[in-house]
Amino acid sequence: MTHIAAMLQIAGPTTEPHFVVFLIATLVKMLAIFTVYMLSAALLTLAERKISAWMQDRHGPNRVGKGWLQPIADGVKNFVKEETYPDAANLPLFILAPVLSFIPALVTWAVIPFAAPWGSRWGIIEMVLAPLPIGYLFILALSSLGVYGIVLAGWSSNNKYALLGGLRSSAQMISYEIAMGMSTIPVLLLAGNVSLSKIVNQQAFETWNVLNLTVAFFIFMVAAFAETNRLPFDMPEAESELIAGYHSEYSAMKFSLFFIAEYCNMVTVSALMATLFFGGWDIPFTLWDNIAPHTAIKTILTLLMFALKTGAFIFVFMWIRWTIPRFRYDQVMSLGWKFMLPLALGYIVAVATTIVTLDSMGFARGSVPFHTGLILLNLAAVVILFQVLDRGRLITPAYSRLERRDLEKLRAVSTSSRNKLVSEVGD
Amino acid sequence: MPIGVKVLERPIEEVSYIRATLGGMKRTFLKLFDEKVTTQYPEEKESISRRWRGTHRMLTTEDGKAKCVGCGLCPTVCPANCIKLVPGEDEQGNRYPLVFEIDEFRCIFCGYCQEVCPEEAIHVGRHYENAEYSREGFVYDLERLMAQTHPVCEMWDPADPKGE
Repeated sequence: MTHIAAMLQIAGPTTEPHFVVFLIATLVKMLAIFTVYMLSAALLTLAERKISAWMQDRHGPNRVGKGWLQPIADGVKNFVKEETYPDAANLPLFILAPVLSFIPALVTWAVIPFAAPWGSRWGIIEMVLAPLPIGYLFILALSSLGVYGIVLAGWSSNNKYALLGGLRSSAQMISYEIAMGMSTIPVLLLAGNVSLSKIVNQQAFETWNVLNLTVAFFIFMVAAFAETNRLPFDMPEAESELIAGYHSEYSAMKFSLFFIAEYCNMVTVSALMATLFFGGWDIPFTLWDNIAPHTAIKTILTLLMFALKTGAFIFVFMWIRWTIPRFRYDQVMSLGWKFMLPLALGYIVAVATTIVTLDSMGFARGSVPFHTGLILLNLAAVVILFQVLDRGRLITPAYSRLERRDLEKLRAVSTSSRNKLVSEVGD
Repeated sequence: MPIGVKVLERPIEEVSYIRATLGGMKRTFLKLFDEKVTTQYPEEKESISRRWRGTHRMLTTEDGKAKCVGCGLCPTVCPANCIKLVPGEDEQGNRYPLVFEIDEFRCIFCGYCQEVCPEEAIHVGRHYENAEYSREGFVYDLERLMAQTHPVCEMWDPADPKGE
């Protein structure tokens, strides 16, 4: 009952800030988000190099300002480098592509709630740039735009490796986008809403989605790796096969922009994972941060919590990048289509059935039996999934045995072609 | 898919994806806290062998003259033909080098010059940091060879083959 009372408190009438206050607050938030975002993307390049170095028993960059100024040195280097334009490139698209890959990652941040609302003197200020009621759909729409940057970069460079990288990225990102979207439908089913603020609140008052929907989280995470083109799914780049894929023709700041875009995407996806599955800015085990009065101290603490969660996911991204080698291209595709997509679809059915059953049995959302039921289902699903993952040949290894049927077919082909040759040439 | 490749039926512990992945993740995570092995080069340097043969050095007598007597053995023995020597003689009949130049670019650092020198004048040095702005800078003349201060190579000693 306390939960419901608290929910009512949130849903209840709040003092809407005056329009001028809203405008000023929005401008300040825009500036703050942009600055923090760009700075963190710069610092992440340093973090990536440091973490990779530590994992390989090295020190990493430690010269420019003890290493802390390395991103600035890199930036200056990239600004003063020569910009090269390939003769055969399609110039307008060639210049547009880095921008196109960078902007969607940035715009996504508009709808991610990053802290508890601040009940200021002038009314309650939401700690999200645009509290869209269709927040999650907005993110899905924008994340599909990111592929344009890479495909156009690959195509406009007029270079075979760049084109291959672009093609690969389009195939990969489109395939994993489906699994990614499907994996979050259980989240939306539980929240009953696509507004990210509502999803965060639902998790705060009930349980974090990662406990209820671990399989969905797993699918989302793997798809997120593929979407951001990070190892083990960095098919579009694939240094060892495609030189540098879509950015092999880019130089100076345009190249750098792709890099920033990659890190921005990583931050965005990390923040999304935190929001959808780890309660967003919610501080675990307490409810005082979710209910009124909304003080500034709550806003700051929840902001730190959100930064912590996002940072943890970013670390996981880097950790996995420096641990797991790249998949083969056909493995990536078969993992996406033959495993992740059916799994996500099946999971939607399972979760939806369970929710409907629990609802019809009369358990209220947020009550203990409701979540016990979900967690039990989740436990079973996780155990089955990992049993299958552990044993099955989900992705064809290089050494798999040929099927008997295929072998006979191949033999028949070779025999008939030999007979044909013999009849034509003579013995 | 290869035909007729023998696929071993291995136990689940060996073929498990998850366990292998988690094992790898654990390893990289623990590596984060491991001791770093990089030598911070300009500040700290790896110790080099006492028999390291680097750029040359001409030793001098107490009164600051080169020990070289211009015998001509080192240009003779030099396999790379990088030593240029013009011998001279003063009023007392002491021979000395008028010109002594070593082209360090041609030199192959075999150390024969040091080995053959009867006066123990020319030495290869225990030194590896050489940088110049021009190719000509690598032709060391007598003055430069005498001005070098780095330690010199200790030649191989049959009594102490490992240089200990």
